[in-house]
Amino acid sequence: MMTRTDRKAAPTFALALALATAALSGSVAGAARAAGASDSDQERAARWQEIAKSIFGDRRIETTDSLVKIDAPGRALDAALVPITLTMPDDGRIKAVSLIIDDNPAPYAAKFEFGPAADPAELKLRVRVNNYTDMHAVVETQDGKLYEAKQFVKASGGCSAPMGMSDEEAMKGMGDMRMKFADSQPGKPVEATLMIRHPNFSGMQMNQVTRDYTPARYIDKLTVSAGDRTVFTMTGDISIASNPVINFAFKPDGKPIRVSASDNAGGSWQHSFNPPSPTN
Amino acid sequence: MTASAVRPGEYVAPGRPLSRRHALFAGLCLCCLPTLGRAADAFTMDEVGPGIFVRKGLIADATPDNADAIANIGFLIGRTGVLVTESGGSLADGQWLRAEIAKRTTKPITHVVLSHVHPDHVFGAGAFVQDKPVFIGHAKLAEALGARGEFYRKRLVDLLGEDRTGPVVYPTLSVADTAEIDLGDRRLTVTAHGPAHTTCDLSMIESGSGLLFPADLLFVNRIPSLDGSLRGWLKEAERLKAMGATRAVPGHGPVAVDLAPALADLTGYLIALRDGTRAAIAKDVPIEKAVASVAQDQRDKWALFDTYNGRNVTVAYQELEWE
Repeated sequence: MMTRTDRKAAPTFALALALATAALSGSVAGAARAAGASDSDQERAARWQEIAKSIFGDRRIETTDSLVKIDAPGRALDAALVPITLTMPDDGRIKAVSLIIDDNPAPYAAKFEFGPAADPAELKLRVRVNNYTDMHAVVETQDGKLYEAKQFVKASGGCSAPMGMSDEEAMKGMGDMRMKFADSQPGKPVEATLMIRHPNFSGMQMNQVTRDYTPARYIDKLTVSAGDRTVFTMTGDISIASNPVINFAFKPDGKPIRVSASDNAGGSWQHSFNPPSPTN
Repeated sequence: MTASAVRPGEYVAPGRPLSRRHALFAGLCLCCLPTLGRAADAFTMDEVGPGIFVRKGLIADATPDNADAIANIGFLIGRTGVLVTESGGSLADGQWLRAEIAKRTTKPITHVVLSHVHPDHVFGAGAFVQDKPVFIGHAKLAEALGARGEFYRKRLVDLLGEDRTGPVVYPTLSVADTAEIDLGDRRLTVTAHGPAHTTCDLSMIESGSGLLFPADLLFVNRIPSLDGSLRGWLKEAERLKAMGATRAVPGHGPVAVDLAPALADLTGYLIALRDGTRAAIAKDVPIEKAVASVAQDQRDKWALFDTYNGRNVTVAYQELEWE
């Protein structure tokens, strides 16, 4: 439907796509075909089959309404910042969760692999949504089985939406982090919010000065540990909103929370946070 | 499907089904309606001061039927020429304004103000390119248009079609602080504001009438939309208050209002948004819950509240969570 006069866009986009697919497992080229808001349920299901195959191969994925649930606004208020909640109440069974935004240019948005210090009951993140799309969460259980849940989201333009400031301004303080801890009970998991300053450029946003596309630059690896035990490792992509904010829960052992983040352009940042002592 | 099916354009500004329906509808309408569509029939210019004319924009969002004629636009006639205070929301809207000017004066159009980057305030400018005026904009407008101009244009083309949308027009006079525009018998003082409604807001005061043109730094009746800085907007609102004007032509709402009460309503909303969002952040209320709870006591005071408040909270939350 759209025609493009700026020929420069194609290689930049191809690069973004290549980087994006390289960052996560396998090729998702099948998913990159034109996705429309008017697609039928059958077309959406067919696209999901292709994406699932490119990510998980021939592994069987069962549907679930108990192991993982996606909460997302039916219609996004801001396509560049769509809050997502993944609920996984069955602590102890969940090994990893993947979030896939079927009709985004790089559908595989994020994969979280949980470690021994994790309480995966609830995980929140903010994503970009570029089109009316199905969103899938796929959990892998400790016994290696896959289960999926789905939600449809109406949004458009989230990946290409300009940030409203210069690239330089958007990169100011890149790598700064904050962590907030919710009040907790002794022996109970602690809820935490991790905030990271990073533009997470999607590769689809126009640079304001050069009028070319700002190359994709996004957090591709994020590890959170409680002492020596991993809470989670996230593999990320361009679908994560700028200045990523992730809510998660961990099992405290009194040691500091360490965060290590890196991006696809070689940036790397480490911070350490002291959780409050549980109040009695 | 293969990777060769990827065409970047398909992802840049995907049309929503709504847009497609509207675009189709517009196509049907073009043959039988005046330039601005049905909604334009009711448009008139109000003379809000001597030689100062303002058209009230619709309290609505852009549709094919209204040609994005949703902002208050107008012009003032000076001895040496005409200054367009706001150009309109589309080429069609700008053409309508240009025709209204021609009905009232034969003086040349020497200045066109681009009050900020939003489409409802800049796409009328295309209609005035032939007049070779000075296009006045904030020093940060050019880069903002560079970032968003084409993005906005494509979305507008989806709604209105290429012919009625027009080009992205860049400022030829950049204002970083203040500037004086002399029209012979009347002068305008143009002020460039810090990040507020957007990152490139201009306001003007006219010497003869003392009228303030705050553009979208002042919304009346229609809910303000936040796209710059919430804290900055409150600061710039104080600055507007101190400019000495008693009457103003808001960017949206009536064609002219008493400044003090209108600013009080605006800051009332912005403060509710700021304080509510801060409280939500302090209580660890997540953004997806905050959008439905913050500033709800303002709901009855503003048109289009449900369309924009949640988005404003989203913008405010991102600004304030790093405080």
